[in-house]
Amino acid sequence: MILDKYLRSEVFPTPFCQGCGHGILMQAILRAVDESASDGIDIDKMAFVSGIGCAAWIPSPHFAADTLHTTHGRPIAFATGIKLVNPSLKVVVVSGDGDLSAIGGNHLIHSARRNLELTVICANNSIYGMTGGQVAPTTPCGIKTATTQQGSTEPPFDLCRLVWGAGATYIARSTVYHIRELIKYLKNAFLHQGFSFIDVISPCYTHFGRRNPQRAGATPSEMVLNLKNIAIHAKSPQELFTFPSVGTLSPPSGRTCNQKDRILIGEFTTI
Amino acid sequence: MKEYSITIRDDLCKGCAICVEICPKNILAMSPESTVSGYLLAQIIEVKKCIGCMECELHCPDLAIEVIDKNEKVPAG
Amino acid sequence: MKKFLQGNEACALGAIYAGCRFYAGYPITPSSEIMERMAVELPKVDGVFIQMEDEIASMGAVVGAAWAGAKAMTATSGPGLTLMLENIGYAIMTETPCVVVDIQRAGPSTGQATKPASGDIMQVRWGASGDYEIIALSPWSVTEMYEMTIQAFNLSETYRLPVFLMADEAVGHLRESAILSKDISVIPRSGKTDLPPFGNPQDNSVTPMPAFGQGRKLSVTGSTHDHWGYRKTQSPEVQAKSVSRFCNKILQHLGKICSYEKYFVSEDTEILVIAYGFTARSALKAVEVARQKSIKAGLIRLKTLWPFPYMLFHPECFGTSNISKIIVPEMNQGQIIREVQRVADRDVFSYNKSDGTVITALEIIEKIEQI
Repeated sequence: MILDKYLRSEVFPTPFCQGCGHGILMQAILRAVDESASDGIDIDKMAFVSGIGCAAWIPSPHFAADTLHTTHGRPIAFATGIKLVNPSLKVVVVSGDGDLSAIGGNHLIHSARRNLELTVICANNSIYGMTGGQVAPTTPCGIKTATTQQGSTEPPFDLCRLVWGAGATYIARSTVYHIRELIKYLKNAFLHQGFSFIDVISPCYTHFGRRNPQRAGATPSEMVLNLKNIAIHAKSPQELFTFPSVGTLSPPSGRTCNQKDRILIGEFTTI
Repeated sequence: MKEYSITIRDDLCKGCAICVEICPKNILAMSPESTVSGYLLAQIIEVKKCIGCMECELHCPDLAIEVIDKNEKVPAG
Repeated sequence: MKKFLQGNEACALGAIYAGCRFYAGYPITPSSEIMERMAVELPKVDGVFIQMEDEIASMGAVVGAAWAGAKAMTATSGPGLTLMLENIGYAIMTETPCVVVDIQRAGPSTGQATKPASGDIMQVRWGASGDYEIIALSPWSVTEMYEMTIQAFNLSETYRLPVFLMADEAVGHLRESAILSKDISVIPRSGKTDLPPFGNPQDNSVTPMPAFGQGRKLSVTGSTHDHWGYRKTQSPEVQAKSVSRFCNKILQHLGKICSYEKYFVSEDTEILVIAYGFTARSALKAVEVARQKSIKAGLIRLKTLWPFPYMLFHPECFGTSNISKIIVPEMNQGQIIREVQRVADRDVFSYNKSDGTVITALEIIEKIEQI
């Protein structure tokens, strides 16, 4: 297979659950690396840094590259040290939404502010997967989780808006269903000279889907295919600011309500 | 007309059925019997209908599928 | 070279001399002068300085920098150290050489930011989760702030772990004439090797620190891992072997790592004072005065706090002496004294002070006379 040279084949099969979107994202990242070879991207000159959680296991240990599997929420801090000491390395952070936006939220906004040349890929399954399906800052309102049995009541973060506000200079969102676009965005992020952030909607059937079959899909494959129905391509980058927040149901008064679990995808900055 | 071959690695497949559902030509199906590990695996039923769109390979979370252009012996797509 | 300067500045100059080329930190009194001096000095030697968003990030960046090939350090005080401990634990687990300076102030919590204390001795020893050994040094002068920073880097390179420089505020902010030697040997970052990155499978000894970008495809993780860095989160054998390496790489080299100084310790010594940091300065004066008063007192000044120099109390060097009483004066409620009590078969007396002021010679003399 074309990706074999980028993989530590001895660690396969992956530890991911049946139908986990993170495996698709794993492919997308490596295909983007492969397709960027002509642009000077070389996996031996890359460092993949991850935090804690299922998403952190995407590069570590699957990628045959330098990988740093760090502490919960902190991968961006470690990545900052690597990049500053060896700027010739392409430093890519792959971590989950809980890791990057809850416990690691401070590092996310400050690295966006610094605009250091890092690519941060958020494998966003809108839930804490590895620890058993607890509510995350990205969980849409009304979603049942292990810690919100009646449905989440807090409005979620729109991570693209968050990093835009913090100063990120390349921002995109895609889903694992839209893998060809996702690969394109990843390649653009790798070549971007500044802080790049990609929010990748990646289903977790085991914890999110099974508790919310009506909204998310009743099977792993249905969850992935459902992304096609709920994703809306942004007509312009500015739509990021006018589109109702991701999957916000029953929000506190005064907030825009997105009743239909629509996800806005696309590039929200000009390259 | 191009011909393709599809290989599915049973040691990697976890039977999520994404490939089966996503194939525009319905040329994949789940195996009727489960493996020792309890999975129903994906299998190819009508490879001749394959148009080399790569949807199955690209969406396989377990990197178990490979679509090859038979004539050129290179990856499809 | 003799220079009149502050302890914190001497620390920064020692770091530069030792080859430190990366500093990440967050402002905190009474350590900030180290960061400010590093911000001035690092650009002169093509090093990198960055002020991070918090201490957690600072420690993370330091570990990242070390894996990118640089000698790296950070400095903080007690409350900042508390935040750093998360990634200090990671550095211990991934055997990452780096230096952490703790200029201790009165606590707990915010406490008194400008007042000295030795309250973090146990925090550095036990603050991270799990089982491990660490190295912590305790300077008593501006000269030692310089020298021990270099030594800290050397030890971190040799044993591949974070090494702590545990000064109290009184030493960090002390201004005195100091000798900044250019003759201290520096252990360089090890070159490229084919040995496994995490311990030699043959004898479980420390292997050279590799770096990213060398084409080695390193797998580094804070999860339990084998010699090649592959996660082994279910294996009792790998877990046991890892902890064994983290502990034994220090415990098997106590003689090489531990250092201390003896003053007026001889056959006739009856009362022994064990002190460290700024307190040892007062203790030396106290012992000198006691001797003038014909009290047979002596001082052991601990330069290494961790690993604790247990061999000091080995019968061969301690058992036959006349020492009957030991005083351990500390700017805390008794931390190192616990180690002394564990091993010293003598009456051990504490003198504790946690009021944000230093322990004076007079106070120690009174204690000596009292017992």
